[in-house]
Amino acid sequence: MSNATNTAKKGGFLAGTANYLDERVGVAGILKEFGRKIFPDHWSFMLGEVALYSFLVLLLSGTFLTFFFQPAMTNVIYDGVYGPLKGAEMSIAYKSALDISFEVRGGLLMRELHHWAALLFVAAAGLHMLRVFFTGAFRKPREINWVVGFALFVLAMAGGFTGYSLPDDLLSGNGLRIIDGMIKGLPIVGAYISSMLFGGEFPGHQIVARLYGLHILLIPAFILIFIVIHLFMVVIHKHTHYSGPGRRDDNVVGYPLMPVYVAKAGGFFFLVFGVLMLVAATVSINPIWMYGGYDPSPVSAGTQPDWYIGWADGALRLAPSHLEVVLGGYTWTWNILIPMIVLILLLVFVAFYPFFEAWVTGDKREHHVLDRPRNAPTRTAIGAAGVTFYAVLWAGASTDLIATHFMLSLNNVLTTMQISLIVLPIIAFLITKRVCLSLQLKDREVALHGRETGRIVRLPHGEYIEVHEALPEHELYKYVDFVDYQPTIARPNAKGQITMSARARAAWSRFYFEDRVAPVTAGELAEANHDHPAIESNQTKVLH
Amino acid sequence: MSDKKGNQPASTDSHETDHVYSGGLAVVSADKIADPGLEPHRVRMTDKSEKHAKTANRQVVTWFLLSIFGSASSIVAYFAFPITDDLGTVRNNTFFMGVAIALGMLGIGFGAVHWAKTLMPDAEVAEPRHLTRGSEEVRARAVEIINLANQESGFSRRKLIRRSLYGALALFPLPALVLFKDMTTDPNPAGTLRHTMWKAGTRLATDPTGTPIKAADLTLGSVFHVVPEGLTSEEHPEDYLEQKAKAAVLLVRLDPADIHSQKELDWGYQGIVAYSKICTHVGCPVALYEQHTHHLLCPCHQSTFDLANDCEVIFGPASRPLPQLKITVDAEGYLVAKGDFEEPVGPSFWERKL
Repeated sequence: MSNATNTAKKGGFLAGTANYLDERVGVAGILKEFGRKIFPDHWSFMLGEVALYSFLVLLLSGTFLTFFFQPAMTNVIYDGVYGPLKGAEMSIAYKSALDISFEVRGGLLMRELHHWAALLFVAAAGLHMLRVFFTGAFRKPREINWVVGFALFVLAMAGGFTGYSLPDDLLSGNGLRIIDGMIKGLPIVGAYISSMLFGGEFPGHQIVARLYGLHILLIPAFILIFIVIHLFMVVIHKHTHYSGPGRRDDNVVGYPLMPVYVAKAGGFFFLVFGVLMLVAATVSINPIWMYGGYDPSPVSAGTQPDWYIGWADGALRLAPSHLEVVLGGYTWTWNILIPMIVLILLLVFVAFYPFFEAWVTGDKREHHVLDRPRNAPTRTAIGAAGVTFYAVLWAGASTDLIATHFMLSLNNVLTTMQISLIVLPIIAFLITKRVCLSLQLKDREVALHGRETGRIVRLPHGEYIEVHEALPEHELYKYVDFVDYQPTIARPNAKGQITMSARARAAWSRFYFEDRVAPVTAGELAEANHDHPAIESNQTKVLH
Repeated sequence: MSDKKGNQPASTDSHETDHVYSGGLAVVSADKIADPGLEPHRVRMTDKSEKHAKTANRQVVTWFLLSIFGSASSIVAYFAFPITDDLGTVRNNTFFMGVAIALGMLGIGFGAVHWAKTLMPDAEVAEPRHLTRGSEEVRARAVEIINLANQESGFSRRKLIRRSLYGALALFPLPALVLFKDMTTDPNPAGTLRHTMWKAGTRLATDPTGTPIKAADLTLGSVFHVVPEGLTSEEHPEDYLEQKAKAAVLLVRLDPADIHSQKELDWGYQGIVAYSKICTHVGCPVALYEQHTHHLLCPCHQSTFDLANDCEVIFGPASRPLPQLKITVDAEGYLVAKGDFEEPVGPSFWERKL
């Protein structure tokens, strides 16, 4: 009998179980490795967690729905409990969605939970991406993880779209009709792809079952795989932390996984689940019974997709009239192709931004300390411009509702949006950049001369001054610890040539770093303190 | 602190100096203000006072008890609020079950987070972080393994094997090209898009009742949603929606004096004109008609067509006018089509003009 077994017996049931597991799966080694792993703590790190937990809610509620939903488009006559649709012809898919809502206890709750969770999933993933962008968390070594996260965001939108198309109601059917119209507009292959997708002519009898396969198998499987890769890389890199005293690129500051992080993150899962459940129980979403089953002839006014498809719908709406061209008998329907190109370019820009910025800065170091957005003014301004561009596209999907709610002319709303799409991002860029630089200057000011106390003191010779209070050294460090870059000039390479790439990089480096505010140095601080001896460490004194 | 790369010698704590990366355009200041190190821990009330700790303890327990109450209540709600033929019961079932389940979850969530924040240690700790790249030693071993694998398999050496493998790998997805082909059985999708159910003599019938329409039924300004007579789900069980998605027509009677297009007048009947209801942008039904302006509006993307001028696009993203259906009346006075649309209806496609 080994010593281990002896110890286990002494320890009782728990120790016995632990011993059993260790001898079979090596759980002690896993705990030693990960049990006290440090996780930094910040509210903005929760956004990714919200997305993750929403996805788990989606898996659970979605599985429930698959037990009742029938993805078939065969025509049936409705004979269920919902009076207004009694006797109406509809597809089996739509009927089973109605039955889940009205004849399964908790069915409507699960449908609403699933829909709300989907809305939150995409929203949280998007906000998480913005957090990562604006804090520079995508810098080396996390560029690839940014791309994985980007793929997750696109998959989340795909999951959402394939999901809300399943009930085969009037609203989602018109959404599919729009997708069909966009696909048909593709050069050369459009009509074929449309025919393959719908199994013949639109709407056909196949599309719901096909989207169902994608929605419950392929897309969630990919999301799951990418989440695993995403989190695995977080383990490899360890989480980033915000700049501050004691936080460096070669350490990680935070709470140990066990017990604090397990309690917080585990508890937070239940909070996200609970809040979604509460919203599902109290706020109606996607009342498909009000739309009726799909019929290609009617449509309701004010049709809109779920929020995360809005930017695509907006892009379609904002395209100018009369862009179609016929060349050699072939139709180029630019009024559809241009919006699609704009959407794809925006996505490509997002996916590749980390590599572009890395090329401009030429910084090959690992970065684990996050930037405060103000300390990367040009990046922050680019982000603000991108968000504005997306927001205008998104608002573009509501031109009709904006016009009717605010009693404006639809034509004026649309024209304003078209102009805004070009102009507002530029304005957002300029304003954001100036605001960032001003905040940096203010930071310098506070670091050098302390913070205003509001105390006005009269000096013996009659002069009035406001007393400034030096920052405590731990706080001071937050103001002065950031990465600072300077622009470069195009230099000849080994052959003595100045390449196009070098010129481009020099131009971009000027664009990024021409306006820069350097962090306060120790020398500057000493000099400032010398000028104003009132400012001594942590003490407030009055000038004499 | 646990060292992530456990099998490395202890000296790898200075791993950071193993490899120096270029900072690019970064300004590395020699005169940087020194890092004062982690802030001293701020003591919480629950750390200082036993009374506060006890209160926090009670609060956590209360949350967990609330959770138990909520989860149990959801079972009660399931039986207490069954669903009957009365739709109000659906609302009660959803609300009470949902709120109870939510309480069950929120109780655990608030309890656990409160526990972590008040009673577990809140002093931040640091652990070292190493460069992602392996140490020189590890990298050398990785290269060695690759070389060994290469040597043992002869991957570089046996050129023919390698190249034929590349070829095989490049071609193995080929079957997918034909496998997916049968997702449609239509050999000529673009051709199918050219024709609708309308034929010479097909009566115009109302949607959804299917009643044929007489010219005399239309008063000035009235609008009918129209399908070809005989397009019902009984007579077309296989392709009812597909036919309807192409053949749907909007029928309007205008004052002939208001119509600016001679072609529109000629293709209509005494000011009664029939236009495809399928938007030429991306195919939504153009369902909104504004009587006093004679404008047709698509609710999806707001393309606007001028019904008084051959449905030309006057606003929005569409490029082409709605196709007009030639109509006349038959011997009994019913409106009939003179033939199919002269151009494909609905969204543009590549071969549309061929």
